Amino acid sequence: MRRETLLNIVLFALLPATALAAWMLDEPFIITLATKAAILALAGVGLNIALGLGGLISFGHAAFFGLGGYAMGILASHAQSYAPLMESPFLIEGTKSMPVIWLVAIVTSALAALAIGALSLRTSGVYFIMVTLAFGQMLFYFTISWPAYGGEDGLSIYVRNGFPGLNTLDPLTFFGVAFAVLALVLWGAGRLAKSAFGLALSAARQNPERVETVGLAPYRLRLVAFVISGAITGLAGALFADLNRFVSPTMFSWQTSGEIMVFVILGGVGRLFGPVAGAALFILLEHVLGGLSEFWHIYLGLILLLVVLFARGGIVGTIAGREVAHD
Amino acid sequence: MTDPVGQNPTAEPAILQLKNLRKSFGALKATDDVSLTLRRGEIHALIGPNGAGKSTLMRQIAGGMKSDSGTVHFAGHDVTPLSTVARARAGLGRTFQISSLAMEYTVLQNVMLGALGHEGGAMRFFRPVMARTDLIEQAMQALQRVGLENHAAKRTSDLSHGQRRQLEVAVALTLSPKVFLMDEPMAGLGASGSKRMTGFLDGLRSEAPILLVEHDMDAVFALADRISVLVYGRIIASGTAEQIKADPVVREAYLGAEDVA
Amino acid sequence: MSPILFIEQVLNGLQSGIMLFLMAAGLTLIFGVMGLINLAHGSLYMVGAFAAAAVAGWTGSFVLALAGALAAAAAAGAVIELLVIRRLYDRDHLDQVLATFALILIFSESTRWLFGSFPLYLDVPAALSGPVRLPGGILYPAYRLLIIAVGLVVAAGLFALIARTRIGIQIRAGEADREMIGALGVDISKLYTLVFALGAALAGLAGALVGAIQSVQVGMGEPVLILAFVVIVIGGIGSIKGALVGALLVGLTDTLGSVLLPIFFSSFLEQSSATAVGSALSSMSIYILMAGVLLFKPTGLFGEA
Repeated sequence: MRRETLLNIVLFALLPATALAAWMLDEPFIITLATKAAILALAGVGLNIALGLGGLISFGHAAFFGLGGYAMGILASHAQSYAPLMESPFLIEGTKSMPVIWLVAIVTSALAALAIGALSLRTSGVYFIMVTLAFGQMLFYFTISWPAYGGEDGLSIYVRNGFPGLNTLDPLTFFGVAFAVLALVLWGAGRLAKSAFGLALSAARQNPERVETVGLAPYRLRLVAFVISGAITGLAGALFADLNRFVSPTMFSWQTSGEIMVFVILGGVGRLFGPVAGAALFILLEHVLGGLSEFWHIYLGLILLLVVLFARGGIVGTIAGREVAHD
Repeated sequence: MTDPVGQNPTAEPAILQLKNLRKSFGALKATDDVSLTLRRGEIHALIGPNGAGKSTLMRQIAGGMKSDSGTVHFAGHDVTPLSTVARARAGLGRTFQISSLAMEYTVLQNVMLGALGHEGGAMRFFRPVMARTDLIEQAMQALQRVGLENHAAKRTSDLSHGQRRQLEVAVALTLSPKVFLMDEPMAGLGASGSKRMTGFLDGLRSEAPILLVEHDMDAVFALADRISVLVYGRIIASGTAEQIKADPVVREAYLGAEDVA
Repeated sequence: MSPILFIEQVLNGLQSGIMLFLMAAGLTLIFGVMGLINLAHGSLYMVGAFAAAAVAGWTGSFVLALAGALAAAAAAGAVIELLVIRRLYDRDHLDQVLATFALILIFSESTRWLFGSFPLYLDVPAALSGPVRLPGGILYPAYRLLIIAVGLVVAAGLFALIARTRIGIQIRAGEADREMIGALGVDISKLYTLVFALGAALAGLAGALVGAIQSVQVGMGEPVLILAFVVIVIGGIGSIKGALVGALLVGLTDTLGSVLLPIFFSSFLEQSSATAVGSALSSMSIYILMAGVLLFKPTGLFGEA
């Protein structure tokens, strides 16, 4: 078995093992941390499709994370107040059902990614980084200045949304839901990377001219990748909002974009399980360093700097070796 | 004077026709009023000293560079406004002077990309592409034809320069193009490799005609039905190998110079 | 809206535009010469503002505060260039983004650790705290006029530096061809440190000047940084002229949008929803401007492909 496969199995088992151990020791806070890691990993898996596979350095994925979050916040707040979202031309009511919320989050963020991607992908290189960052910031300011859903203060949801047949209020059950979604998406992302689309997208990252010469349009490949990527990060946003039962413009902030990128990089760009390792490490650092010092971001910054300057493959790359498998 | 624009009525109809192409970079005329044709079944070689504008002209034909003026007609259509992608889909199969391959991929994966392009798209998101036995078969066939079948699993960045040339040709083969545009396919191949490639291209012309940019004069004189000589962006002569060898203008401007190969 | 109010808002737009220019000019210069995208440029803006507030607190002199801001930001810039940034020139943009993102974390938290989380205040010097009467009877704060003037002088100085001096020739040579300036016998690593420190000083100056109108706090640099990115996308990367035009466009659009859009919507909507729609739209106006430029000129108004 290849080292990376083995490492992936270990990484994958780590989160549920932590959650189970915490449940047995009656440490619900640790379960919540594991849930948070699973959800943030999901956001990273989304970004990794654009960043790792497509080579698209999006510094604006907070836009999709936030839209997913607000899809949950808006639907649940209407359900909570029994006021419909819209009465004419047809009635749309709020909902407390996770599957419906997820669907709305996915569709909304996919549409946003389509619009943002269609414009941003006209540029490349540094422009692309700056433009995606700017569009993320646009949504951030929009949410702050739009008063209907809490503006700067955000929205609180009093009871976690439901999933048919499950008690999502139980921390371990909610972890199970989040982890199942992560597992499903990881499986899909793995298939995507090996599919015809994955082959062409990754080729467009390595050499766009080659892809054009065989009659495939890099712009279309990238746009589709950006939409899939945004939709997954949007789904993660909806789950994150449900974890906190709170949404605020912070979800849209440039720091959020930066952090999602950090998960991917800490773990290893282009590695399927990189974001899982990265998010888990990030939560661990936040918990451990955050307990030591109020200013733990200094240490996070130093670690990130060292990884970028000296350990460019991230965790997975450092342990499993530099070669990315293409089998 | 020979028949530079290819208007000879007895000849095969032109499948590729360039009319008065021009391209300048500031004061430099990289392509200066170039017209030429490529007919079914022929190899038309484009030779000229370094910096004559051969690669620029290839880019103008393939679509990577917009021409200042002039038109490119291909298979009966004016493709001048079309993108590289659309021209490739219409059947222009190009190989590059400086290898343009996905370096992280295996040799087979690069050729698979061509097979995908030929199939008409890559918007398949779920089925593993390396489980597509039909595409793999096409790809392996192409590799076999250029003699790379034993290197299919090699990482492309580990290939020699000559092997990369062969791979470029293999990718173009999977596209089953109507016309091949080949930019120095012999470079780096070595004597035996060049000979093999020459034999291969010789047979290939019956599948699709080739517009061949090449510095290897032995190969050019062995293969070309017609030769056009490009100097400072202008075609100064055009004709058969014998005509070109005998042309005093060519001898003075190009063959007479020390840089023949 | 009265014409006087309108002119006032135009002046406000100019003032914020010219400060954006100081940020964007440094960013675009650093990208043009070294090919580096520097997210930590906002941190240098913050360093300038904090240094100014600290020096003003000790000495009470605004001039010394500005000098302190310039010196501190230039020094911080030179130090990070020597320690970190120069390792990034040959890296891809992703590494540059991450390393400079890490620098933001380090700068922000260190500043919070040194100065605390509460905002500091930098007072406008007493002589400039009042309004000035402009032709047409417009009363406008003297300090804001000073900012516009300082910004214009710096902009002119920058253009002169690049057009006429030896350093400027080296900078332009570096933008055109990095190999060439090495061949010319210029010490590239010194030139790079110098350009980076110059960009940092411009950011620090902007931070100090703006710090006196707004509060001085951790995190003040990044919103300005992102606006400067918008400026560069609009103006075209690597172009100082583009940075100036882009900065003025963004400054004016932002300022006038937030005043005019609510008024515009109140002409056909009821007051509360007009304010809501207007302010929401005006918060997006500069990004819409950017999107418009991208549609027609993806490389910016003065950018090259």
